[in-house]
Amino acid sequence: MAVSPATTLDTERLRADFAVFDELVNGKPVAYLDSASSTQKPRQVLDAMREFYEHSYANVHRGVYTLAERATEGYEGAREKVRAYINAPSNREVIFTRSATEALNLIAYSWGLENLGPGDVVVITELEHHANFVPWQYIASKTGAQFAHIPIDDYGELQLDALDEIATRGNIKVVANNLVSNTLGTINPVEKLAVWAHDHGAIMVVDAAQAAPHRHIDVQALGCDFLAFSSHKVCGPSGVGALWGKRELLDAMQPFNFGGEMIRSVSLERTSWNELPYKFEAGTPAIAEAYGFGIALDYVSEVGLDAIEAHERDLVGHAMASLGEIPGLRIFGPPADRRTGIVSFEVANVHPHDVAQILNWEGIAVRAGHHCTQPLMTRLGVAATTRASFYLYSTHEEIDRLVAGLLKVKETFGA
Amino acid sequence: MYREVILDHYKNPRGHGAIEGAHAHAEGQNPLCGDEVSIFVRFGDDGETIDDVGFEGRGCAISQAATSMLTEMVKGRKAADVAALPKEDLLEEIGIPLTPIRLKCAILGLGVLKVALHRAKGTPLPAEWQGLADDLTI
Repeated sequence: MAVSPATTLDTERLRADFAVFDELVNGKPVAYLDSASSTQKPRQVLDAMREFYEHSYANVHRGVYTLAERATEGYEGAREKVRAYINAPSNREVIFTRSATEALNLIAYSWGLENLGPGDVVVITELEHHANFVPWQYIASKTGAQFAHIPIDDYGELQLDALDEIATRGNIKVVANNLVSNTLGTINPVEKLAVWAHDHGAIMVVDAAQAAPHRHIDVQALGCDFLAFSSHKVCGPSGVGALWGKRELLDAMQPFNFGGEMIRSVSLERTSWNELPYKFEAGTPAIAEAYGFGIALDYVSEVGLDAIEAHERDLVGHAMASLGEIPGLRIFGPPADRRTGIVSFEVANVHPHDVAQILNWEGIAVRAGHHCTQPLMTRLGVAATTRASFYLYSTHEEIDRLVAGLLKVKETFGA
Repeated sequence: MYREVILDHYKNPRGHGAIEGAHAHAEGQNPLCGDEVSIFVRFGDDGETIDDVGFEGRGCAISQAATSMLTEMVKGRKAADVAALPKEDLLEEIGIPLTPIRLKCAILGLGVLKVALHRAKGTPLPAEWQGLADDLTI
């Protein structure tokens, strides 16, 4: 494989890595425009996982035999790949979880329950995914902390001038924000929020699920305290995600799950916790999935994040220009240069589920719904949107098919 | 593709609107699509015949058109018969293949109507529709 990342993508060559693109849906080649929900998997990942299962599989850490050693090496090797991918200082700070959602819950429970109380304020944003919203809302209500949100403007961008007022409400303890909005593609000013959070003595929690597949992530440059992302949005298998946290914070936290692996010693009287990261990895983890996660990060890194970002910017520019020409179609969110490869829109007088249904008859896969961002839907004044999202394998031709499909939607509904 | 009749019911819903002094009423929703349906029923002098049925709602074409078609299907029929109406009868009327997700849109109105009728008559909701709380959430 290439050593130096390309600056432009050879999409045709990349698509050959994904068998799914040979698939016909309703007699037509599938146009997969739902990568923000989950990405397709290249054969490099699938082959590596199969090979791992066939030659190197056993439970990790506890075995003294060769297969267990190989499995442990594969699993811990993946941890190092995750560390490098986000430029974390130490792989002891990298915890494998079930998903980005579980990683965010881990922080809310393990850090939040111990550190929040009346007079404290948890700050989230109006465009947060439910996974970085609901856990904090719940833990705030459990602990008596306030739950405040940073509003967005009509472009779907955070209104940071609201921060001064929020600061008057109490002790700011947590600021939680997604680096990229899963619904609008907005790239959020997490670095600025991290500075503000630290100025107020708060921790900065970053949901990078929607950012990590599309742009370089550097936890040290972001200046955050915790960051979560998942494998399945980066061409890896589902069922595994990663949490990075600053060591002093993780050290001071209590475990989230209890059981095997996370203990140092157990007696009838008391139990002591294992060291990081194992303190937070109770039970048998998703071993081959973690391994596949690492292979997926290799794949994406070799394609090149700069090239992926440039490719998506080109696609989203093309999509917004073409969709913008369809009468009655309204695009939500910021201009193309301030978003990743996500376009949420509505077609006047046609429900998003009907839009998605008719597009499916054309072999086009888009998402319709609230995208787990109901507060954002309320702010936008809609029940749901249709969302097309792109990745390294997406093409102009697929976007052109989307446009043709949408014209068919309008024709069908006479809208 | 959507059949012409579905689009027609969606754009020109029959039985649209609340009924003042309805004898039976229920509401329901499908959180996935954000579909909402409220149904109102007025019985005839025999207290059994569905004299009038109306609905209000918003959501996808399937949910709204199916509810509109349902109002035409049940008007003039006995409450007990409609309360026992199999969903297949409605699906046949809709007449397009539906995925499991869209099936929920299609039967939302029927479920709400069943809740309204059983509640008005004090009869238990059939097992397959149960567990849907006071108001139907499909």
